[in-house]
Amino acid sequence: MSESETTTRAIQVPILTRVEGEGALHVRLRGNEIEQVQLKIYEPPRFFEALLRGKPMDDVADITSRICGICPIAYQMTSVQALESIQGIAIDPEVARLRRLMYCGEWIESHVLHIHLLHAPDFFDCDSAIELAKRFPNEVKRGLKLKQIGNRLLEILGGRAIHPVNLAIGGYYRLPRHEELAALVADFEWGLQNSVDAAKWLKGLTFPEFEAPYEFVALSCPDRYAIETGEIASSGHTSIAVEDYEKFFYEVHVPHSTALQARKKPHDSTYFVGPLARIQLNYHTLTPIAKQTAEAIGIAPPCRNPHKSILARAVETVFAFEEGLAILKSLTMPSRSRVPYEVRAGEGVSATEAPRGLIFHRYRVDGQGKVEFAKIVPPTSQNQAQIEADLRQLLPQLIACDDAKIALDCERLIRTYDPCISCSTHFLNLHIERV
Amino acid sequence: MTKRKPKVAVVKFASCDGCQLTLLDAEDELLLLAESLHIAHFAEASSRLEPGPYDVTLVEGSITTHEDRERLLRLRGESRYLVTIGACATAGGVQALRNFADHDDFLRAVYAHPEYIHSLATSTPIADHVKVDFELRGCPIDKHQLIEVILSLIAGHRPRTSSECVCQPCKRRGTVCVVVAQGKACLGPVTQAGCGSICPAYDRGCYGCFGPSRDPNVRAWSDGILDGKSDPGHLANLLSNFNVAAPAFAQESQRLWQITGRIPEQLPGKVTDGR
Repeated sequence: MSESETTTRAIQVPILTRVEGEGALHVRLRGNEIEQVQLKIYEPPRFFEALLRGKPMDDVADITSRICGICPIAYQMTSVQALESIQGIAIDPEVARLRRLMYCGEWIESHVLHIHLLHAPDFFDCDSAIELAKRFPNEVKRGLKLKQIGNRLLEILGGRAIHPVNLAIGGYYRLPRHEELAALVADFEWGLQNSVDAAKWLKGLTFPEFEAPYEFVALSCPDRYAIETGEIASSGHTSIAVEDYEKFFYEVHVPHSTALQARKKPHDSTYFVGPLARIQLNYHTLTPIAKQTAEAIGIAPPCRNPHKSILARAVETVFAFEEGLAILKSLTMPSRSRVPYEVRAGEGVSATEAPRGLIFHRYRVDGQGKVEFAKIVPPTSQNQAQIEADLRQLLPQLIACDDAKIALDCERLIRTYDPCISCSTHFLNLHIERV
Repeated sequence: MTKRKPKVAVVKFASCDGCQLTLLDAEDELLLLAESLHIAHFAEASSRLEPGPYDVTLVEGSITTHEDRERLLRLRGESRYLVTIGACATAGGVQALRNFADHDDFLRAVYAHPEYIHSLATSTPIADHVKVDFELRGCPIDKHQLIEVILSLIAGHRPRTSSECVCQPCKRRGTVCVVVAQGKACLGPVTQAGCGSICPAYDRGCYGCFGPSRDPNVRAWSDGILDGKSDPGHLANLLSNFNVAAPAFAQESQRLWQITGRIPEQLPGKVTDGR
């Protein structure tokens, strides 16, 4: 064997930065061949699906919230909805509006955080938002203020922004006061205007040229931009009911990750969830100003460049302010905080759109309302295999570069997905049946 | 001569990132803090990771792997002040439920290949492994307390955080007691204040996310709450969440579980009917 064939080169990013949770990237090249690409998730496992067993139903949302400090509403809402389906509860329509409003608050808080504090620094060769703020003080301050409005909404509806305490099976523990919410109208008007300006600021970014033939997957509704309900739509197949999720998607356990990786049947294919997928699949249901913004900044379909996810987040921030404002302006307070119910045994599912993409939960509870079984599939475990596929596609173009440049470009590509690695605690069926 | 800015590190172990996010959620203060501090290592917020030593290290998360324990020991050696932030770091977090269950069963329940996973049978607080200079409670921590801690350590005095229980600020907030008026079990009397007494203000009992207050009499709480008519299993569950392994809560929850007659195999987390 010649020397070039036997020389291996290892590129390591030992700590992925500006992502939530702990991960690393390992790439092994043999000559000019990519031998191995591993997005390693070493975030220690916390076994949520196991520790939920035996817990009373009422505790579930409080516990699943702790999977992720950035998107607790996604976990809480999906848990509560799945448990409501088991209990045969139909929540009051006014409560449903407040929940959609609450989810808008989380999208704002999470998206604005990622755009300004985690992702934007990449486009200006800054290490952090603090460095970015020296060059763009007004833009970063505007971002912080937008984020604060999202958090303020969560504080009113949830008691606090991180691990809110107010979502209950059947509705809320306590309804917010009308005047507390009405006071947010002015903030949301400011937020709508300024989120459009923030989106236009991002229009000028230079995006690396990268496209892949993604299968986008997201919840979809005919009449509104899907967040908390919908069917599971895909750019590669017809929509399916949430109940059928596990007939099409499954998780595998790979040696290098404490997070399970999702694949799609029947070809073990990867798929893409998150803001870019949602914009591509649900563009027609965006609110008017959000849609105008999408057109103005160049993220209208088709777009298959993951680096432009920052634009998708910016448009969804506009949407969340626009939708939230519409709800705030037409508030009808519910007549009761929650629907009473008799506990019954059963099994149920729910899926919602977390800021980072589709999230799926399934629970089974006994006749006393204790959890017998829990399964949680977060967005990042669904994107993880797609990220590795992207890296395999990207690497051949980089092989001539030095290791630092390769590591930097790979890390930037990973960061476009806004990976949320803390959620690396999943249940996997011990016996997988492939169709 | 200008004074050197204090060098701060923010580091995490097993956790949800919510407590370090609290720093990024200090929207009004973040840029000001960044002017008076040198944030040298904060992987969630910056790609520039500078080596120690650090003046102040904020530690989130609990110790659940051998590697994390080793990393913590190194970190302690590099830190002048080491401050734990949040229930995971101060008490082991909700993942410490495994301490009362069968770790192998947890592994098998979650992972198809338990042999790929290397984790300890317990989730333990930072103070079980190294000296901790100050601990900040909460799941999550409170933003104002965090800023108080950072500014105090820079100024060189001990942080002033409340050591009263949740009930006192709850009264000051003007909330009608949920135990008395609504008949709801509430951990307020034995839980450290600092959250703002949020849960009772939202018509539910406190679930103890700030952990035990100073010298709490948890036995008296469970004997007396709701005139002693509460279901012991319900109270035990209330104690078995985010500070399940905090000694004062753990001791009483184990006593209550025994009263319910549930053998350890039936404790939360240890139900054999997986799938």
